[in-house]
Amino acid sequence: MGAILQASNLDAFYGPTQVLFGVGFELREGGITTILGANGAGKTTTLRAVCGMVRTAGEVRLKGERIDGKATEDIVRKGIAHVPDGRGTFTALTVEENLRLGGYVRKDRDGVAADIERLYERFPRLKERRRQQAGTLSGGEQQMLAISRALMLRPRLLLLDEPSFGLAPLIVKEIFEIMRTINREDGVSMLLVEQNASLALDLADHAYLLETGKVVIAGSADAIKNDEQVRRSYLGY
Amino acid sequence: MEAFLHQVFSGLATGGIYASMALALVMIYQSTHHINFSQGEMATFCTFIAWALIETGFPYWVAFFATVAIGLVGGMAIQRILLRPVENAPILTNVIVFIGLLVIFNSTAGWIFDHTIKAFPSPFPRGTFFDTQYFSSHEIGSIMVTLLVLVALYVFFRFTPLGLAMRAAAQNPVSSRLVGIRVSWMLALGWGLAAAIGAIAGMMVAPIVYLDPNMMAGILLYGFAGALLGGIDNPWGAVFGGFVVGVLENVLGAYVIGTELKLTVALVLIVGVLTLKPTGLFGKVVVTRV
Ligand SMILES: Nc1ncnc2c1ncn2[C@@H]1O[C@H](COP(=O)(O)OP(=O)(O)OP(=O)(O)O)[C@@H](O)[C@H]1O
Ligand SMILES: [Mg+2]
Repeated sequence: MGAILQASNLDAFYGPTQVLFGVGFELREGGITTILGANGAGKTTTLRAVCGMVRTAGEVRLKGERIDGKATEDIVRKGIAHVPDGRGTFTALTVEENLRLGGYVRKDRDGVAADIERLYERFPRLKERRRQQAGTLSGGEQQMLAISRALMLRPRLLLLDEPSFGLAPLIVKEIFEIMRTINREDGVSMLLVEQNASLALDLADHAYLLETGKVVIAGSADAIKNDEQVRRSYLGY
Repeated sequence: MEAFLHQVFSGLATGGIYASMALALVMIYQSTHHINFSQGEMATFCTFIAWALIETGFPYWVAFFATVAIGLVGGMAIQRILLRPVENAPILTNVIVFIGLLVIFNSTAGWIFDHTIKAFPSPFPRGTFFDTQYFSSHEIGSIMVTLLVLVALYVFFRFTPLGLAMRAAAQNPVSSRLVGIRVSWMLALGWGLAAAIGAIAGMMVAPIVYLDPNMMAGILLYGFAGALLGGIDNPWGAVFGGFVVGVLENVLGAYVIGTELKLTVALVLIVGVLTLKPTGLFGKVVVTRV
């Protein structure tokens, strides 16, 4: 299958400060790609650059169509859902309102209602807490809500920024299982940013390593797992 | 006793007007953290438009709804044209825009419609309501209109996707963009709604205080006092505060301090709330970690 997203020569800036330098990557349709890197390498910024949340230069194409320079709201309408750094939950709104917002741009009201029910089946804990303020959920529940909210868009591509952050190992395992299921069953392509390199490489089929805003290594997940440098710096063995 | 009840009831009627103005202030405050000082002048200007339409011969309710629509569109236009360019500017820049708007609306109203005081019709029958001495029918009518506006807004914000999107955009603009909400249009819509609410308040108060370019100046102050009292970030608190201020103002004015000093009630409340309980009665206490 072809590429769903291609980035080439991507620069990104916060004000005058350049943070990404000519980053390039390609996501296979239906696949899971991960971006690894140390703190401050530019992983979050890469996802923001794809969604038009920072000033960029260079090209980003979704199925061949240029999306760089477009407004975030319009990129979302093209089917890219983003679970951002810090989860982006509407903490003062209820769980169900969060889900409804996830499907805000969809025109099929019945489909939105049906999808909410389907997600409740998948995540019974969200159903129990449907009328509760989202800010009162536990960290794991909030991450499930964040992923569910993103799925409400019926995205073609899901961007995930450190879904394991701050969660207990058991919950992290659960979340990664869920992501695998979503990828297999719903055919959603994913771009996953993770600190936890070994988990990410187990889930993903392709990987990129970022260092200070540049891609330094790229390849299949298996090849990267066995790369000497990656093993030493990120996998710790 | 009867005289006292009468003061309380007519306080509720003006309180409804203050509650509307408080709500209009909160509507803009929630999404931008700005107090729109020109809210009163915008309302007065809309009321002049209604007056002109009625003078031209349109039936009252046609003029009423046309004015509400003009307020809605006009408020949105002001946000898009004048406020959007300074969205990320320092707060003082915005304050200056607000003051500019205030002066422009005030003097334009005086220039077009002149400064003579005008009678503004009430849509409700003359006299008292069912022969009670407490209420004039305009008073009860305007309370009804205020309550209808509140119910309509509640339904809009609680049950419609657009209302939900506006609440989301006010709370978390970044996440809102990530679900596809056009945040800057939500701000514009907030301005439009605030202007429309102000227009209604203006048309309800004009039959009582008469119409002139400075009609809303004091009323905005009472509205602000109500909003602060109830909590500037809580719409229902602000509405409650508006009613309380209306009753306090009327009762204190009649029995304690006299009508000349009424406006001090508002000022005392504003200063009191800001120093004693800045979050108001029902406002969120925002705890920030240091
Ligand atoms: N809002 C911002 N304004 C200015 N500089 C920023 C901003 N956000 C990030 N940066 C800078 O950009 C660089 C890349 O940050 P980014 O958040 O993309 O890193 P990251 O790889 O996601 O790191 P982490 O693993 O800590 O999440 C860092 O040097 C950071 O200081
Ligand atoms: Mg990050």
